[in-house]
Amino acid sequence: MVFEMELQTNNLTVSMGGKIICRDLDFAMRPGECWGVLGQNGAGKTTLLRTLAGLHAPQAGAVNLDGKPLQAQSRHEVARSLAVLLQSESGEFWGSVLDYVLLGRFPHRTALFGYSAADEAIAQQALAQMELLPLAQRPLNTLSGGERQRAAMAQALAQQTRGYLLDEPLQHLDLRHQLQAMRVFGQLKQQGKAVLMVLHDTLWAQRCCDHLLLLFPDGRTLHGAAHELLTRDHLEALYQCPLRELMVEGERCFVPGV
Amino acid sequence: MFPRILFFLLSCVTLLSLVFGLMSGSLPLPPGEVWHALWGGDGGTAAEVLWQLRLPRVLAAFACGGLLSLAGVLLQALLRNPLADPYILGISGGAAVGALAAMLLGAGLSATQFSSLGGALLAIVAVFGLGFRSGERNIYRLLLTGVVVSAGCGALVSLLLTLAQFEQVKGMLFWLMGDLSQPQGLPLAWLVLLAVGLCATIFSGGLDVLAGGLDKAAALGVAVARWQMALYFAAALLTVAALQLGGSIGFVGLMMPHAIRLLGVSAHRWLIPLSVLLGGSFLVCADTLARTLWSPLQLPVGVFTALLGVPVLLWLLGRRR
Repeated sequence: MVFEMELQTNNLTVSMGGKIICRDLDFAMRPGECWGVLGQNGAGKTTLLRTLAGLHAPQAGAVNLDGKPLQAQSRHEVARSLAVLLQSESGEFWGSVLDYVLLGRFPHRTALFGYSAADEAIAQQALAQMELLPLAQRPLNTLSGGERQRAAMAQALAQQTRGYLLDEPLQHLDLRHQLQAMRVFGQLKQQGKAVLMVLHDTLWAQRCCDHLLLLFPDGRTLHGAAHELLTRDHLEALYQCPLRELMVEGERCFVPGV
Repeated sequence: MFPRILFFLLSCVTLLSLVFGLMSGSLPLPPGEVWHALWGGDGGTAAEVLWQLRLPRVLAAFACGGLLSLAGVLLQALLRNPLADPYILGISGGAAVGALAAMLLGAGLSATQFSSLGGALLAIVAVFGLGFRSGERNIYRLLLTGVVVSAGCGALVSLLLTLAQFEQVKGMLFWLMGDLSQPQGLPLAWLVLLAVGLCATIFSGGLDVLAGGLDKAAALGVAVARWQMALYFAAALLTVAALQLGGSIGFVGLMMPHAIRLLGVSAHRWLIPLSVLLGGSFLVCADTLARTLWSPLQLPVGVFTALLGVPVLLWLLGRRR
């Protein structure tokens, strides 16, 4: 089956600047699953996500995509099955928002010169999903932080991959657009795609993620079903601060205690 | 739509600049006579002047401008720095040291060219060997290595100028400012320009992706390290070819890509051909003015590239909000 994808780690040990982020991690992300990664600032969420994307070399172990180690596949192959939303981009992009979203079609490009009409239609659709159509012709560098974030998500959507790795997809977004983005990710999940996102908001993690991966400050990790892991004890250990648990209309919320 | 119109306009400008270059000189020729002398085949004075002197000169100027602009586009994509120009990685510094050292030793023209080529190649290999590491943060390392090598070469150039005889200094200064009167390897330069230009245009999609950041490019399927190496050596090849034609002519490689961007075109598939056309025709005009305005005195073309280009670019910068 072409649409089945699995991202799986095998005894994965990741380190960054001498700090161990996780040790001997074994987990598998399957089609239709939505994973949330939670942890303190500096716990290594981004580095782990970059490792899963093949952008950071693991210290030991391997990341397998569809049963083959990432390092053994070409970047082109990986980019056709895995889209990555990065937290910050260092590049200077001079073109319009549409040009920027079209870059997401790069791994699937068939036209020798520029992009085909079909690619453009896919990019337009992605822009519509992120409510960016009115800004399509604006230069990217005139956008606000939140608009730019939505443009980056539209680019990942235009990539039309089976897996999505999203580093803080909600950063800079206002409440309405947070909701909008989460709806889109829910649709991806329903289409049988695998989504993994780094989050800071435990409420969104509870509402959207069926699985969680917790990165504790001491390098310990926990992963499993979200409803089992999302407890006050775990979160207090995770964020090293007292929390209060509230029930609001049947929904569990965690707020910082005093 | 707009890039297509611009392409058409710049093609016309290119044609006009070439005709302008062929018409102007100590023997002014109207366009009709240029046409007749080129294709009439009667072998008169006009034909001799055109075929022997002016045609090679305008072709050299166009190729040189095109090579520098293309090198500028590629280096700005590689270093992701808008201030990158063909000379930033020390190639022209190495070439200048080679050329001036040969001149100091009283070498002839071909030995000087050969020595400058040697200096350039040495600089290319040294900067690559010392500065090139693949990866997001390491691009500054390459940039800084280039700047350091350039600075070292600049000091050597000053030393060589100080050591030189008084009558040697003028020739050295002309080399340093850029001068198209003795182009070397013209057919080869055109071959390099066309081959690299074509390849770069075909692979322009990858350049657009690279401009958005290296991690992003890798995530979109670009083999970043391989691309960086290819870009480095392609830009080096273009720069060496341009240096052999006209010495280190400033301004063109840095500013032509920006001029096209300021006109609103940034996709590399258009940026590359448009920059080449603009840079080529711009240098043809600058060179024609440099050799005719104060004739029989020939001014270094590098002076004119800046004198002509600075007001235009300041206007473009001021216009754009």
